[in-house]
Amino acid sequence: MTTATQETKRQVENKELKNVVILFAGDSGDGIQLTGTQFTNTSALLGNDISTFPNFPAEIRAPQGTLAGVSGFQLHFGSVNIYTAGDHSDVMVVMNAAALKANIKSLKPGGIIIANMEGFGPKNLELAKYAKGDNPLKNGSLDKYKVYEVDVTKLTRACLEGSGLGVKDIDRSKNMFVLGFLLWMYNRSMDPTLSFLKEQFKKKPELIETNTKVLKAGYNYGETTETFTTRYEVKAAPMPKGIYRSIMGNQATAMGLIAAAKKSGLTLFYGTYPITPASDILHELAKHKNFDVKTFQAEDEIAAVCTAIGASFGGNLGVTGSSGPGIALKAEAIGLAVMLEIPLVIVNVQRGGPSTGLPTKTEQADLLQALYGRNGECPIVVVAAASPSDCFHMAFEACRISLEHMVPVMLLTDGYIANGSEPWRFPSASDIPEIKIKFATKPNSVVENADGTKIEKFLPYLRDEKLSRPWAVPGTKGLEHRIGGIEKENETGNISYDPENHEFMVKLRQEKVDRVANYVPEQKIDNGKEKGKILVLGWGSTYGSIKTAVKECIDEGIDVSHAHVKYMNPLPKNLGSILKNFDKVLMPEMNNGQFSKIIRDQFLTPTINFNKIKGIPFSSGELKEKIKEINK
Amino acid sequence: MSTTTATPAPTEKLTAKDFTSDQEVRWCPGCGDYSILKQAQTIMPELGIPKENIAFVAGIGCASRFPYYMDTYGLHSIHGRATAVASGLKTTRPELSVWVVAGDGDGLSIGGNHTIHLLRRNINVNMMLFNNEIYGLTKGQYSPASPLGKISKSTPFGSIDYPFNPLALVLGAGGTFIARSMDRDPVHLRSMMKRAHEHHGTSFLEIYQNCNVFNDGAFEVFTEKASKKEETLMMEHGKPLIFGATADKGIKLDGFKPIVVNIADVSANDLWIHDERDEMKATLLTRFFDDPKKIGHMPRPFGIFLVQDKPTYDDAMNAQVADIIKAKGKGDLDALLRGRETWTIN
Repeated sequence: MTTATQETKRQVENKELKNVVILFAGDSGDGIQLTGTQFTNTSALLGNDISTFPNFPAEIRAPQGTLAGVSGFQLHFGSVNIYTAGDHSDVMVVMNAAALKANIKSLKPGGIIIANMEGFGPKNLELAKYAKGDNPLKNGSLDKYKVYEVDVTKLTRACLEGSGLGVKDIDRSKNMFVLGFLLWMYNRSMDPTLSFLKEQFKKKPELIETNTKVLKAGYNYGETTETFTTRYEVKAAPMPKGIYRSIMGNQATAMGLIAAAKKSGLTLFYGTYPITPASDILHELAKHKNFDVKTFQAEDEIAAVCTAIGASFGGNLGVTGSSGPGIALKAEAIGLAVMLEIPLVIVNVQRGGPSTGLPTKTEQADLLQALYGRNGECPIVVVAAASPSDCFHMAFEACRISLEHMVPVMLLTDGYIANGSEPWRFPSASDIPEIKIKFATKPNSVVENADGTKIEKFLPYLRDEKLSRPWAVPGTKGLEHRIGGIEKENETGNISYDPENHEFMVKLRQEKVDRVANYVPEQKIDNGKEKGKILVLGWGSTYGSIKTAVKECIDEGIDVSHAHVKYMNPLPKNLGSILKNFDKVLMPEMNNGQFSKIIRDQFLTPTINFNKIKGIPFSSGELKEKIKEINK
Repeated sequence: MSTTTATPAPTEKLTAKDFTSDQEVRWCPGCGDYSILKQAQTIMPELGIPKENIAFVAGIGCASRFPYYMDTYGLHSIHGRATAVASGLKTTRPELSVWVVAGDGDGLSIGGNHTIHLLRRNINVNMMLFNNEIYGLTKGQYSPASPLGKISKSTPFGSIDYPFNPLALVLGAGGTFIARSMDRDPVHLRSMMKRAHEHHGTSFLEIYQNCNVFNDGAFEVFTEKASKKEETLMMEHGKPLIFGATADKGIKLDGFKPIVVNIADVSANDLWIHDERDEMKATLLTRFFDDPKKIGHMPRPFGIFLVQDKPTYDDAMNAQVADIIKAKGKGDLDALLRGRETWTIN
């Protein structure tokens, strides 16, 4: 739909779009993440559905202007429901030549490039490894795109001339110029950013003034410059009624942990060691100590998990968080928690592996580590979050299961959803269920002495219907007892090397984890028919891409359904019967087929693997193609 | 038949027996650990804290079986990590009396990192390091406390790495209570355990403990009657440093250099008066670590090297949480979920 507006000084076309993908790219020092976040928040407030995907280099300040130093922020917003950050961009804002070179492949034909001219000087071209004398803006290679060259640096400097700021400081606000211009282009208000600036620079009022000036200059640049003849409008999306906020995955995980502590009446103890991309959980939790949150930055990953175990022994909600390499170091201690049969929540924000791998990139390759990565028969409960806001629910679930079943639970998220954001219709505190904690307070059995007298005794490994044992915390009179990592006798917890007992206990601990399936929701079909030709079975952060691909395939008449597993171990009880209802099961995973192995093992279902191990999420386009291929 | 509770009524005065668990003690006959266990069980009733508020945490090794034999709360964790487990327990349950038991392999080798960080943070736990200068549970390999040249199962031609000087390490890591005792001197050991308990901060008590199976006699020059007086320096706060078979020798500071003098040759005022609050002097005393076979070696000090008052991590952590709650009010979950910016879709 195209309408002309009379409001602007010149003839500017106003074009309505359903959805738009913008990629902001530049040096990691260019303020890309901030620009992206501000545009996101503004669009969220306008009622668009949104998904974002920040993409950082592993180095904090990689050499300026180089391909290695390119930082990106991809934003997908629309008047329709949005499930991914988008396969290809409609608009690319590039602050330098390297940013263009690194991302041009993902720009749609006919897409818009907004290039910061200063970033295409001889030095930048050389750093971006263009041949001497070659300039992509001049050589015709971008002819199939609409290229707008904007001298952001010069215009920003002109705007702040005489402001008293040095050139370095002035240049730092050039991201505001870009933001202002894009806000104009997409008919968005500057107000949310203006109030952000006021809050952000409360203590430096002069920066509120200068940033505001540059932001407005960017907006007015669009308004007055003849070259820009089209503005775009993306209306509010049809979202369920309610109050929304924007949420990032790691933030949601932290809030889920706090909610679980609050709802169980326990103190949250988070023992951790800094690691990408999990550290933001610590940063978030450390801000909320007024929730009686205790954060402990340990000397290493092992100490981190062990302090959480100590806290849990003391009757607190003990949680540790890390990413794959850190989880590997925690393995022995997780095994201890399995033997102690105490609550422990382990968060793994997965990243590309093995070893250091791709620290800032995403992958789902720690599933088998979560399930099996310990010595001995060592089952734990594993749950996985599907989207940024789902991290809240699954973090809460991890705590609930761990506390109610006295069992370690691992929550799997990954770099994509941990750093990605989406609108979240957040629950009210009263809608969140209580977690019932029953600390043991008195002896739980009567035993007979040799002389026939009976005494009350506390048996630390006596079990309930869930097979969970009583949680008796130090300070409880009369329940003094010892627990440890050595094999023990059931009920008494006494050390036992008896062969029969060991086998019995191994199976008991397995059965205890298996019984958790009685206390988690059954598997649902997310989209499509209950029975049919193709089932796309996913888990974790691939949710959005699969959702989009399956939705579009269904719209095109393909017989395909989507189920997304969140309870990875034990699996939902009805999953096997769901699998039987489909001719083909397609399993897209950002690994080499790990969940597929589990499905084949447990259900003997011949799965079709579709794997992407590139450190980046699936595009819905490639998934669609695959669905169509197997539909033939 | 009567039914009684397993623990005595609160008015009852506890004895060592009340701290003895129903588990059979499985150390080798003659092991030094027996004495240490006995002394711990003996002092516990004298600490004036309810039994249920005491927790023993251990890692792996012979010494680390200790919690099983104490009728308190106990956790037998994994190799080297008792200090970390105890850190999590104490910071969240500051009212508990938390004791860590570790061997020299557990506390100085695999768990060395956690030991120094426990000391650095000054978490208010009592760490007893049972030093027998050998790996016992794995049947006789040399440890990071074994002297250079140690012949062991894993070093049949003698070890080629230098040992730690454990207390110098502890001092370097910021230890605020540093003491040494031995399994063969129950009276001294009990008094050191009590002082360790009284100290507010990390208490590090090294206990020379004889492994009569794999390293018998490692400390005999310090523990046996024939040589003990000559080879040990029993430090007492405010008293001169005197030792020798007939208490005939003393330590004198010659500038920064400690020297051994015959008491008869000097005036009493010239002797080094032990001050357990003097960090510089403690530094020198931890360096009294010569091989007793070396001619002209210094005697090995026992007792308290250093006590320092310093705020503890556990207090600071809990105070910080309390202060923030006071300043911001108790966390409101709805406000947290709502965040800074919201929008409504009607």
